[in-house]
Amino acid sequence: MSRVKSVERQKFWERNQKSGGYLLKKTINATLYKVARAILLFGLCFLILQPLFNKISISFMAEKDLYDSTVISIPRNFTFSNYRLANELLEFWVCLKNTVLVAMLVSVIQVAACTLAGYGFARYKFPLRNFWFACVMLSILVPPQTISSSLFLHFRFFDVLGIFKAITGDTINLQNSMAPYIMMCMGCMGLKSGLYIFMLRQFFRNIPKELEEAAYVDGCGKLRTFLRIMLPDAKPILTSCFLFSFVWQWTDSYYAKLFLGKIRLLPKALTGLVGRLGDYYQAVTTGALPSAAYEQALIATGLLMTIIPLLLIYVVAQKGFVESLSQSGIKM
Amino acid sequence: MAKKKKKMTLAQKNSIAGYLFILPFIVGFVAFLAYPLFQSMYMSFCNVTVGAGGFTMEFSGLANYKRAFTLDAEFNRLLTESLSNMAYRVPATLVFSFFVALLLNQEFKGRGVVRAIFFLPVILSSGVIVGLEYNNTLLQGMEDVVQSSANTSSVTSTLQSILDTGGSGSKFFQYVFDIVDSVYDVAIASGIQIIIFLSGLQTVSTSMYEAAKIEGCTAWESFWKITFPMVSSLILVNIVYSIIDFLIRTDNKVMEKINDTMSRQMDYGFSSAMAWSYFLCVMGIIGVVSFIISKKVYYYE
Repeated sequence: MSRVKSVERQKFWERNQKSGGYLLKKTINATLYKVARAILLFGLCFLILQPLFNKISISFMAEKDLYDSTVISIPRNFTFSNYRLANELLEFWVCLKNTVLVAMLVSVIQVAACTLAGYGFARYKFPLRNFWFACVMLSILVPPQTISSSLFLHFRFFDVLGIFKAITGDTINLQNSMAPYIMMCMGCMGLKSGLYIFMLRQFFRNIPKELEEAAYVDGCGKLRTFLRIMLPDAKPILTSCFLFSFVWQWTDSYYAKLFLGKIRLLPKALTGLVGRLGDYYQAVTTGALPSAAYEQALIATGLLMTIIPLLLIYVVAQKGFVESLSQSGIKM
Repeated sequence: MAKKKKKMTLAQKNSIAGYLFILPFIVGFVAFLAYPLFQSMYMSFCNVTVGAGGFTMEFSGLANYKRAFTLDAEFNRLLTESLSNMAYRVPATLVFSFFVALLLNQEFKGRGVVRAIFFLPVILSSGVIVGLEYNNTLLQGMEDVVQSSANTSSVTSTLQSILDTGGSGSKFFQYVFDIVDSVYDVAIASGIQIIIFLSGLQTVSTSMYEAAKIEGCTAWESFWKITFPMVSSLILVNIVYSIIDFLIRTDNKVMEKINDTMSRQMDYGFSSAMAWSYFLCVMGIIGVVSFIISKKVYYYE
């Protein structure tokens, strides 16, 4: 092995001499470039990860470490008490269960509805297709806040063409149930649904037409072609959409606040954490308020507890997030 | 009936099937987007009062808009602040994500890990997390303390004091330093954009680079002559995505105010007026930008 290397090295100098120093210059340049790139990438990765590390270290600190200026990243009094308290205040396991269920349900419905729409847009020609696709674009562009006031009242006094009012004499208050949000997801109007339709349409458009035609020739109906031929092909992009939907639903607090008022979800519990900490302190220490630093430490802990499941999913299914999306080739 | 069905052409059958597939979308769009959109536009011209059995709308003309732009103390300031923030954040995000995508497209050891880290912001910059991150007064306070006690200025501020000679270029430097100082925010906001650029870069065939290299093209030239035109259509996609992403972030001040007005003060008319003016501003910007860029974009295929 070493002999081979030394021969190679000899060859290198020989070749270098023959090329008049060009080879050496080129090798040095390439190495310098590699080193510079490695440093740059390391710096940028550190930049992204640092706040996360910071939160992890803070979450293990006892309260007095927070004020100790000699303690920077490694806690002196290592403790799990932050986690215990955050768990208690967030009612973590209840919220976790709810969040998992809601996120699952919502993302399954969302992906199903969006797949239908995306497939329709990609594989069928029908009048006004471009108009409806422009509507998909519009649904991406309109910020949910613009229509939320109307939607809020819409579901507060819910009615379909005045039918309920005629029967029961009153409108239905759907404000505190999951029904409005589920309905919206079925109608492809959930969180970022337009984006999923767009992604799925891009994917279905790239499937060769022969595949479909062969199925038709063999006597496969339209629906069956979709279910048996197209869907199995689309597995990667479907997982990708599902994962995105799941993650974004998990951390979403806007729709959760607007529609899922009574269901206890993690992001909502997280925003109310400081208030609860105050209550807890007043109950335990008779009137004292928690310090700002401790509040932040607890928020960091709660935040970590919220995103740790997501990070685990991300580590396991990283390929599903990224590779399938880059394969689908997003283009306007 | 059966006879009629047989007479249908294939195109007709297909269009019916197509409509059936997008039916959920059409229903959802009409019920949950188009209708509320028009209603909220109408609301913005009205005085909305919510009672026990329903809500009533009383037409009041442009009063809500007048209130937003002339009477309200905060709205104008927040709007201009938010738009000017967007004006420098979006180009920065674009340049950053393009640069990172170029780096990540190269072969090197540990590329999978590095990619995974760069796409992490897709999770870290969503929903409630952003809002909490920005309220982090503790870290802010710690930073201030460290900076004042250590008595050493950061690299950027030293550079800034050297370069800032008060000439005409100083404003430009100020702009650059603002971006450098907020590089974390930019990095956090560019997860999806990196993926989009990367997917574009992967479709560029290597044979083009080889041909260019044989013809004596340097790496710099082949970047501007091959790479850049080939992904230029994605620049438009990314600009639009970045603008929207910036617009609906939970920490956006204008959005916070609109939400506040709606949920706390129950002033639906006023909040709709503000939401609509913001929406129209942003739509205008997107329209102008995409009009200008789409003329210069090169479409391959």
